[in-house]
Order: sequence, then structure tokens, then C-alpha cells
Amino acid sequence: MTHADARGASVSDAHVIPLHADRTGARTRWRLGGAAAGPEPVAPEPVAPAPAPAPAPEAEAVADWEEPLAEALAFLRRRLTGDYTVDDFGFDAELTDNVLLPALRPLYERWFRVETIGMHHVPDTGGALIVANHSGTFPLDSLMTAVALHDDHPAQRHLRMLGADLMFKLPVLGSLARKQGSTLACSPDAERLMSAGELVGVWPEGFKGIGKPFRDRYKLQRFGRGGFVSAALRTGVPIIPCSIVGAEEIYPKIGDIAPLARLFGAPYFPVTPTFPHLGPLGLVPLPSKWYIEFGEPICTEGLGVTEADDPMLVFNLTDQVRETIQHTLYRLLSQRRNAFLG
Amino acid sequence: MAPSVVLVTGVSRFLGGHLAARLAANPDIDRVLGVDTVPPPRDLLRRMGRAEFVRADIRNPLISKVIEHASVDTVVHASLSANPGSSGGRATMKEMNVIGTMQLLAACQKAPTVRRMVLKSTTSVYGSSPRDPALFDETTTPKDLPSGGYAKDAVEIEGYLRGFGRRRPDVSVTVLRFSNFIGPRIDTVLTRYFALPVIPTVLGYDARVQLLHEEDALAVLERATSHDIPGVYNVAADGVLLLSQAIRRAGRVPLPVPSGAVGPVSRLFRSARLVDFSPEQMRFLNFGRVVDTGRLRRQFGFTPRWTTTQAFDDYVRGRALRPVISAEQIESVERGVLAAARSLR
Repeated sequence: MTHADARGASVSDAHVIPLHADRTGARTRWRLGGAAAGPEPVAPEPVAPAPAPAPAPEAEAVADWEEPLAEALAFLRRRLTGDYTVDDFGFDAELTDNVLLPALRPLYERWFRVETIGMHHVPDTGGALIVANHSGTFPLDSLMTAVALHDDHPAQRHLRMLGADLMFKLPVLGSLARKQGSTLACSPDAERLMSAGELVGVWPEGFKGIGKPFRDRYKLQRFGRGGFVSAALRTGVPIIPCSIVGAEEIYPKIGDIAPLARLFGAPYFPVTPTFPHLGPLGLVPLPSKWYIEFGEPICTEGLGVTEADDPMLVFNLTDQVRETIQHTLYRLLSQRRNAFLG
Repeated sequence: MAPSVVLVTGVSRFLGGHLAARLAANPDIDRVLGVDTVPPPRDLLRRMGRAEFVRADIRNPLISKVIEHASVDTVVHASLSANPGSSGGRATMKEMNVIGTMQLLAACQKAPTVRRMVLKSTTSVYGSSPRDPALFDETTTPKDLPSGGYAKDAVEIEGYLRGFGRRRPDVSVTVLRFSNFIGPRIDTVLTRYFALPVIPTVLGYDARVQLLHEEDALAVLERATSHDIPGVYNVAADGVLLLSQAIRRAGRVPLPVPSGAVGPVSRLFRSARLVDFSPEQMRFLNFGRVVDTGRLRRQFGFTPRWTTTQAFDDYVRGRALRPVISAEQIESVERGVLAAARSLR
């Protein structure tokens, strides 16, 4: 667990030290070289029974694919008969673990080759608030953070994300977001989740951050009104600053067609080097190399409910979180040689 | 603290009638009066035992005579109707709900004997929108106030009741905001909806549905009538079902309708007298509604016996709904596929 320290020491010499070398050994820094990565042990994949090692006895080979098949069928039966539970927020843990996260995993492992740093700062149990920078025109950064906290955290934590109301208004996406564990970004929901010991993720820049032009990449926008800080203060959970590098390059937003945005009721209508003139092909994100760093938690336990109503303290804390993220971004960027190769 | 003379409105319907029956079975209560515009069905009337039925319209000043003569001390206003079909159209329904409540409250304000007032309200006063928090508590003000229908009636009625409470501070006022009822015996829009073999849903949306078993609803009403627990309380069961999940549990087939076609489809269902869906109920099917019931547990002192899932399963069993796709069929397909795969080894 000295990754961050090693990282910190390497600031002066701008070299990326391969982190999690033990865990990501198979996942090299080159996308094409990463093809050797074996099947993940996390979720029971309904397809692709791993070919048995050649000299194995036949009975073992049969059991090898029979069990996943039986599991997949049982999963399908539970889905079809409605035999599963969702929580009050509409979070469907079974669907998230078996369908939604596996669908995002190839993007996480092969396409963006995400490397996580400082995962030990995220507690194994209990509530915490992860505050991150927002970028990339389409909120893939939040989804990748959710995959990171599930796959690379020893406790396989589910990230409960706070999203804009626009998302919940949309058909399909809105209901999927709820099933995946998101809820509306508002203090009652955030406080309820954090006091229930959930890991809550918030992107306080909102649309200002995700929809900023490419030339402003890695420049943090205004951090809302600090509502997330008062929510953390009221529930006494630590704030964990999280810096995401790589998401800015997936859809470089070089233009904005405001009339079309108004027509669709969207906050912006992006123009990227490939969208919209390449049509659906323009929806493929560029394969940038990502780093997600979780910083030192900011403890709020000593402070209390009364401090949550102190605007000065809330502003200072908000600023502290923002500065931490901005500095970490600069550090990570200085260590990165190439946006696509890392 | 047991009341001596109770007046229950809306006794011709499930909740009012069965509440009157339960109160009549309580020997501490001297007299139970049931009021409605139509007489209760015969079996309900039999259950009500010694409760007296008064055929009266609460919109008529006659109601104040009833309250005065019987020296009623507790009024349970349970006649709010959510179903325009059964109450003779939306205009009549609004008249019955809002004007009826105003008259009833006016009569109660004049009656010095009245000590307790219980209102059966609804959680639809919170509306249903994507801009609301996931759970409503009693203090939440909705982002989109219900613009019409039953929900708006309920908002207005609660407003009148607050005014009544200010003018008669000696009366203890209890407002119970119930979530959607379900159960083997109660008849609501939702119980008819889930009884359809093919259930229309809104394409791309999956509402969170929180229900309440009819027996729990009756128990809460009875407790509010016989104890002095003023305040506003959300009443709902624990847990949440997604609409798609509920449809699967009932073995029904969902029919996703694009939101543009929802209007014509709901009109079709109304004219076919299958289910009477108002616009606010369609919004409910889009976004659903879940309420926080902490206050019900802690202050009111009641914990629902059925969870949402148990209540729904009890409804499916009690109605003997024959599933279009049964769990047994799915299980046999599962066994068949597994057996076929094993025979291939």
C-alpha cells in the first residue's frame, strides 16, 4: 500500500511508475499487448466457458462449464420471475453485478486501460463521499469510477452516484441509472445514502465540467455551492478527493451547436473531431489511457452538524477539495507522456 | 382515550366499511355511524354489525345535524375517491372530494363535541417527477405540485384541514398519507391494472412502486381513531418493487407503450372499462414514488406487517390471478435446458 508514496516521490522525475504491478501484470500499458488477460473471476459470465487445461480429466471439464451455465440459467429465472430485491432508491445490485458492470468492464480494462492509484484511501466499510472532476462530454468517467471501486477495491464496493435531474428524465438511461445505484443529486438523498454507510460519488462541476470545451481540459470549473460538503459534515463521513485523468480526451468537444441543444433540451450539443459528421462512428470514444487517483480522505467527524451551517467553513472545505483535485490532476498530467499511451 | 361516538365517511367502500366494522367490534366505543351516498354492499353491511348506516351526502348541510344529534367526538374522513369512473366522472369526483370535505369540516367546526379528526389522504400529494428526492418525508415540498386529479384534490383537502386545525386548536388532527393499497380484497386502480393479462407500461421507464397491504391500512386507520396521535404521517410498507418486477412476479406480460402513445392507449383502456387511468397515474407509472416511514414507526407507533413484496404476493395469491407465464413454466424450461446441455457432454 505504498503506491501513493511511490507516486509522490516520483513527482520530480516525470516518469509513470507502473502501479498495481502485481494485480495488473497481465494488463500491460499497451492496449494490444493486454489481450492475454485471463477471464475475470468477479462475475459469473453466462458465456465463454473457459477451455479446460489440456490434460484435465473429462469430469472436471464438464463441471467447468456446467456450473456457469446453471448459474446463468438460475439468474435468468430469477430475473424473469421478479425474484430479486431493489432498495428504496431503485438500486438493483444483482443486475449491476451481473449485467451492467460486465458490460462496462471491456471498456474499463481494454479500451481505457484504467489504472487506479490510492485505492487504500477508500474505506472497506461505512459511508464516504468521493468527489471527482467531471469531463468527457458523456459521463463515462463516473461509470469508470464505479467499475474501479467494484473491481479494484478489496471490498468490491458499489458506488452510489449522484446525478443531474436531466438524466432521470430520460427514458431507458434514467431507469438504468437508478438500477445501477444512481440517484438525484440533492442533500436528502446524499445524506440518506451516506448515513446508511454507502459510498457516494459526486461530480460537483456538473454540466459545466463535463461539457467544457477541449481547450479548457483539466481546468476545474466552479464546484457548485458546496452542498456536498455540508452533506458530508452533517453525516460525518470522510470526503475522498478523486482525480480522473484521461476522460478529457475521449470525446474532445471542439464545438457546440446551441440551436440543436435547445431543440433537444440538452445542455449542449457537442461537436468532436468525429461527431456528428461520422454519424454513429463518432460515438466511439477515443481510446485514451486513464488514471484514477483517490487522495487522502478529509475527515469531517470532529466537525459537526453546526459546522454544516457555517458557510465560511463549507466554502473553505470545498476549496480545499477542489485544490487537492486540481493539483493531483497537474501532477498526473506532468507524469503522463502521451494521452493515448500513458 | 377511546372515542365514544365515531363517524366514518365513505363506508360503502372497502376501507371505510371495514374500518366501521372493526370499530363496531370494539366494546369501548359506544356508537359507530357510517355515512355514504350509496348503501354499502350487503356483505359489507353484515360485517359492520352494530354500526349504523346513515345515507347522507357530506355536501349537504344535513351532515351537521347528524354530527350534532349523535354528539360525535371522532370523525374519520375516509371517503376520498381516487377513481373518477366509480364516482361518476371527474367533475363529480372533485365535487365529492373537495366540496364534500369543506362541508364536513364546516359542520365539525360548529360541533363542540368533536375532539378528533382523522383524514385518509394519499402520498400522491408529493407528485411524481424526476426532480424529486428518492424518498419523500412528511416535510418534503414537491418540485412539481400535482396539477390535477385526485392528487390535487388531496393537496387542497389537506390545506382545508390545516385551516380547520387553526380554527379549532382543541381538535387533534391526524393526516394519514397512504401509499397505493394492494391486497386480495380491496379494489383500486392498481389492483385492476395488475389483473390485466397484458399490462401497458411506459417505454423506457421503470417506476419504483411502494405499496401497503389493505389490512395494514385498516390497522393504521383504527389506531389513529382510537388513540390520540396528531400529526402528518406517511403510511407505506417497507421495501420497493420495480414496476417491471411486479409485472413479472404476477406472471403478466408487459406491453411497453412509447410515451407519445400513452394518452390514446389510456383512453382506450378507459372506454373499454378495463382500467381508468388518469394523467397523474401515468406519471406515477413513469417515475414512481417512495416515502420515508420513519415517523410512522417512531411517533405513530406502527410497523406494517407486510412488506411491499409480501403484500403484492398476497394480492396475487388472494385474487388467484392465473399467470400468463408461470414460474413453474420458467423453471421447467430451465431444467430442460440444463438436462439437454448435460446430455450433450
